[in-house]
Amino acid sequence: MSTLTTEHVTITFGGVTAVADVSLRAEPGEILAIIGPNGAGKTTLFNIIAGIYRPARGRITLAGEDVTSLAPHLLARRGLSRTFQNLQIFFRMTAAENVMVGRHLHEARGLLPHLFALPAALRQNRATRRKAEELLDFVGLASFADQDAGTMPYGALKRLEIARALAAEPKALLLDEPAAGCNPVETREVDGVIRKVAASGVTVVLVEHDMRLVMRISDRILVLDQGRMLAEGSAAEVRANPEVVKVYLGAHA
Amino acid sequence: MHNVLRHPYAVVLLLVAIVMALPLLVPSTFHLRIAVLIFIFALAVIGLNLLMGFAGQVSLGHAGFFGIGAYAVAVGPTHLGVPSWAALPAGAAIAGLLAFLVGRPILRLRGHYLAVATLGLGILIAMVFTNEARLTGGPDGMPVPRLELFGWRARTPIAWYWISGVTLIIGALIAVNLIESPTGRAFRAIHDSDTAARTLGIDVARYKLVAFVLSAVYAAVAGAYLALFDALVTPATAGFLRSIEFVTMAVIGGLGSILGGVVGAAVLVLLPQVLTAFHDYEHIMLGLLMMLFMIFLPEGIVPSLARLTRRRT
Repeated sequence: MSTLTTEHVTITFGGVTAVADVSLRAEPGEILAIIGPNGAGKTTLFNIIAGIYRPARGRITLAGEDVTSLAPHLLARRGLSRTFQNLQIFFRMTAAENVMVGRHLHEARGLLPHLFALPAALRQNRATRRKAEELLDFVGLASFADQDAGTMPYGALKRLEIARALAAEPKALLLDEPAAGCNPVETREVDGVIRKVAASGVTVVLVEHDMRLVMRISDRILVLDQGRMLAEGSAAEVRANPEVVKVYLGAHA
Repeated sequence: MHNVLRHPYAVVLLLVAIVMALPLLVPSTFHLRIAVLIFIFALAVIGLNLLMGFAGQVSLGHAGFFGIGAYAVAVGPTHLGVPSWAALPAGAAIAGLLAFLVGRPILRLRGHYLAVATLGLGILIAMVFTNEARLTGGPDGMPVPRLELFGWRARTPIAWYWISGVTLIIGALIAVNLIESPTGRAFRAIHDSDTAARTLGIDVARYKLVAFVLSAVYAAVAGAYLALFDALVTPATAGFLRSIEFVTMAVIGGLGSILGGVVGAAVLVLLPQVLTAFHDYEHIMLGLLMMLFMIFLPEGIVPSLARLTRRRT
């Protein structure tokens, strides 16, 4: 069963069709990239999947369940996590605390044991902290655990957001331009983390402008143009598609 | 050393030390009375800080909850036959319940709009205390019977010193426990990015409400203490100026700092005492000093000083 699908998703803004009849499937452990020229509808599609826009037609499923237009915090409960193009880090917390927030759904959240620091509450805090340290290690940020997130370098914050999203143990992870603003070294680091995430069985769907990153890591690529699906396939297939070369890759390659 | 100071429970130990040491350093009754006022206001400000400094939601109406606590220990024993020790938690529960009911609709508002809505709530509560003269004594207020526990009456300043000091320590300890819990992390996450908090499964509306209710309970307990200590309560207890005073204490001490709440309360209780030397210019000096504090210590006293010492090392 596919982890994440969209079926005939369509949305219009003031008469302009931004996304038209897009159907995609992403399988467990797969890296699916959505690309296309500016204004192709990539970000709009991303926001529909993430529950920010409600599609006019079509539906989204996650692990077989219809999750169309669910509020973001409910989508998270069903197993969808995401990162942001413009970082949404908790800047007044440490790196470890950022990831600990990601554990929210997996913690007992009763207030009284915590207010009085009962042993069960302290045990849980220690377990959450340990898990956060594991995830920081997973994305290569173990040494930043107790550093205030506000003082961390940009590339590290990109990976911190991924660690935080993974803390929720999602079935599918949406990455909104994971390499935006990164230098080549930082892009390589993000690249490695994304591969490891997919290898752990999580479905990764990403929107990205950096073509080299997309070609390097994607199992499949979906090309959008003016809101429609122009092509879909492996990196090699997409690169060889004359339509794609014409509208998009030509300008970049 | 700085790691020790940054430990979340350092502030609790510091408060224990201060509460233990003060009676030895300032033996006069007058000073003890001032310490009691500081402890009581600090308790209210720690609660407000949970809402403002940690969850990032403003309230300009917290004196309303403070007043509910105060009038509970006045009206309960005088008119309803409820002893003070029972009226106090009842007042806290009423304040919490009111915050729960009112919080749902108004916490949907953000920033300035939330400020105005909470302001209205505070004014409304104060108006009830002024107008229900049969129960509350109206604008003149009413006397508050002394707290009595097992036949012992709490009336001396030293008795109130220990009661309010211990309560402040417990209040600070609970606040620190909260901040280090999943709920506290949710508060702080909402403050920094409610968008990201939502995508991690945090029910933002619910946690804002939890912060609002908890801060109302802190305010109500503090209000009850002040009424019992003063043996008098008037509508000014719940008034607009008192709400502003709480916010000012939280901001001057440092939003998001438990110790900041205590320092802010101390500064605003002590300054007018010190400035009486300036006679007619007292209020001008007070206003001027507050402006200088904000210009030179913009994050509040405790966070700004912490940053300075960290930079130096």
